[in-house]
Amino acid sequence: MKYVDEFRSPELINKTAEEIRRLVDRNRHYRLMEVCGGHTHAIYRFGLKDILPANLELIHGPGCPVCVLPMGRIDDGLSIAAKPDVIFAAFGDMMRVPGTHGSPLEHKARGMDVRIVYSPSDAIKLAKTNPEKHVMFFAIGFETTAPSTALTLQRARKEKLHNFSVFCNHVTIIPAIRAILDSPDMRLDGFIGPGHVSTVIGCRPYEWIAKDEKRPIVVAGFEPLDLLQSIVMLLRQLRVGEAKVENQYKRVVPWEGNGAALRAMAEVFELRPYFEWRGLGFISQSALRLREGYAEWDAECRFDVPGIRVTDPKAAQCGEVLKGVLKPAQCKLFGNECTPEHPVGALMVSSEGSCAAYYNYEHRKAALVTTLSALA
Amino acid sequence: MCLAIPGKIIEISSESANSALVDVVGVRRRVDLGLLEDDKPKPGDWVLIHVGFAMSKISEQDALEQMRTLEMLGESEAAVQEVRGYGLEETETKPLT
Repeated sequence: MKYVDEFRSPELINKTAEEIRRLVDRNRHYRLMEVCGGHTHAIYRFGLKDILPANLELIHGPGCPVCVLPMGRIDDGLSIAAKPDVIFAAFGDMMRVPGTHGSPLEHKARGMDVRIVYSPSDAIKLAKTNPEKHVMFFAIGFETTAPSTALTLQRARKEKLHNFSVFCNHVTIIPAIRAILDSPDMRLDGFIGPGHVSTVIGCRPYEWIAKDEKRPIVVAGFEPLDLLQSIVMLLRQLRVGEAKVENQYKRVVPWEGNGAALRAMAEVFELRPYFEWRGLGFISQSALRLREGYAEWDAECRFDVPGIRVTDPKAAQCGEVLKGVLKPAQCKLFGNECTPEHPVGALMVSSEGSCAAYYNYEHRKAALVTTLSALA
Repeated sequence: MCLAIPGKIIEISSESANSALVDVVGVRRRVDLGLLEDDKPKPGDWVLIHVGFAMSKISEQDALEQMRTLEMLGESEAAVQEVRGYGLEETETKPLT
């Protein structure tokens, strides 16, 4: 593992890796899904695959909000921003995500008023300093960012800020896990649960995965040792045929989650009947929209939204990769038509997307090895 | 957006109990404490920040380890850039790149 020497307690990492090898049944193939895109990035970055046994496969899950956002939603958001006197405010992560006619950044180059904000509360600040304009915040993210949007909306309503709205694309992780488990071509032995989403929702919402689906799930941190320990915890359960929810990331994740964050979300948002996920299709009750009391701050109520639907290019196999049926490099477009510089599919856009992570670490490494051996 | 950034509370705002000055590796910015209503941090406490909102209280040791994890993930620069951007201080003048 490439970063093992730089990391604290390399001997502990080696011991944990040894424990994994000891726990693995040689005659069994293990498929564990890390749900969170941050974990996917860490796994590639730290080269964890290199120290895991060959019959233990890590499947990359749907937990990258930029990756699962359908292109039609970006087009919808940009169509609102194209109206006169509208400022399009979004996190930096959104800026390079392609819409049908280019990314927000490219729209900016063509004259659209597009601003990066690092916090939803700064979108409010933008509205206050531009009273003659309307600021639309393009909200995105799982339960890690949704509470911040909720609190921001509560403040906008309290302060009667009328030139501000939210175009809500917040999604929730549990229905996505359910959709993956319901998928007939999917076989998973257990889950590495998302770390930061769980600081908000806690561990209880995962209980059905253990109880009804009989799969173990361990909420994990982001250091190499965290991930390896969570794999040990999963293997220990699998070895004795157990399935329960465990929390490896106790130093940050309370079992009950963050009450204030959950209250703010419940007051501001309600579940949409269904929402489209890139690669996974429509999933019922998987996304949030603003409650009626916030209609004035809901960009979808305030403006005509075309409701654009864009089919992903047929050749791109994002859905199969998202569900773990295909590895990134097995997609026909990977590395030739679809690269981090020119992403075709959603998983290549964000550094937390499995295709981009695979490309940046594995693909480049392999290319280097080929070049070096050709030179030798 | 998905970064969890560790910061130390320097002072709680005198105007709003929901706003605090936080230090992230030498960069000081205002951070929102509204999501820690049930367990308010005090000056000297460490928190994990998501998109300008403190989301959880953590120990100093975990905060330092989190910063190191970000470094190892190649994300510490992005984290500092995000913190610098809080409050729009830098974003208003800086062109998008």
